[in-house]
Amino acid sequence: MVQSYQTRFDVSFAALSDPVRRGVLEQLMRADASITVLAERFRMTLTGMRKHIDVLEQAELVTTEKVGRVRRCRLGPRRLEEEAAWIESYRRLWAERFDALDTVIETLKRKEKRDGRKRRK
Amino acid sequence: MVARGESESDSTRNRTTSERRSEREVVTTRTFDAPAHLVFEAWTRPELFAQWWVPKSSGVVLLSCEQDVRVGGSYRLEFAHPETGTPIAFFGRYLDVVSNARLVWTNEESEDGAVTTVSFEESGGRTLLVMSELYPSKQALEAAIEGMDGAMSETFEQLDEFLVVRGAGAGPA
Repeated sequence: MVQSYQTRFDVSFAALSDPVRRGVLEQLMRADASITVLAERFRMTLTGMRKHIDVLEQAELVTTEKVGRVRRCRLGPRRLEEEAAWIESYRRLWAERFDALDTVIETLKRKEKRDGRKRRK
Repeated sequence: MVARGESESDSTRNRTTSERRSEREVVTTRTFDAPAHLVFEAWTRPELFAQWWVPKSSGVVLLSCEQDVRVGGSYRLEFAHPETGTPIAFFGRYLDVVSNARLVWTNEESEDGAVTTVSFEESGGRTLLVMSELYPSKQALEAAIEGMDGAMSETFEQLDEFLVVRGAGAGPA
């Protein structure tokens, strides 16, 4: 179970390590596109682009669908999962910080109360 | 495309929420059972800040913390991590400082660093803290999400080679 998660993670990050594939994802964030259009935009052969799309599809970062004679590419489910996971780890970091901040503030509060009582005497 | 995280049911703690508000912005909120001036004080006095900023679970140690909390003033935090030899520095400048109400600072350790705005809104003795991290571009936030910073890219390249080799040996043609 752990291993399969690790493998998925590796596949996903490896897919993102290539500048062309990152460019393709950026492109697809703006709009769906066919492999032909992507190949032209990145000045590659159809076969070259198809290989990149295969890697992205394996990582579930892209899904493709054949419409007539054209293969359409769009963002896959992993991109959204990844973002949700990032937000959650970001939130956990801040939750942990803020819980510690609570403790610091409690100390300040007690000190202020004590000092306030002293001043009133 | 809105991703959202919320804290588990922990009745003794106030909830922290984080949410992607736009293509460039992530917003976090938290309420504190104390007036704003105390929350602000804990954020702006280095000796207090050092007590809460570094999560214990991270294994990271805060080596130094300098904060010149005024408009145009700078800050610098240095951390040590057991897995990296050299200390890591985080630094930037305060763009806006309103006592007990608002702090705005830059994160200049990376070109794609966000501008962080923290507001402290007091109501009935409690304080709602709202923190926004606004990235310079959609791509900068996406990069943060992907964790594609310089230190990691070499590892990714190695993984990529591995994947290509493995992919060539197996799977459908």
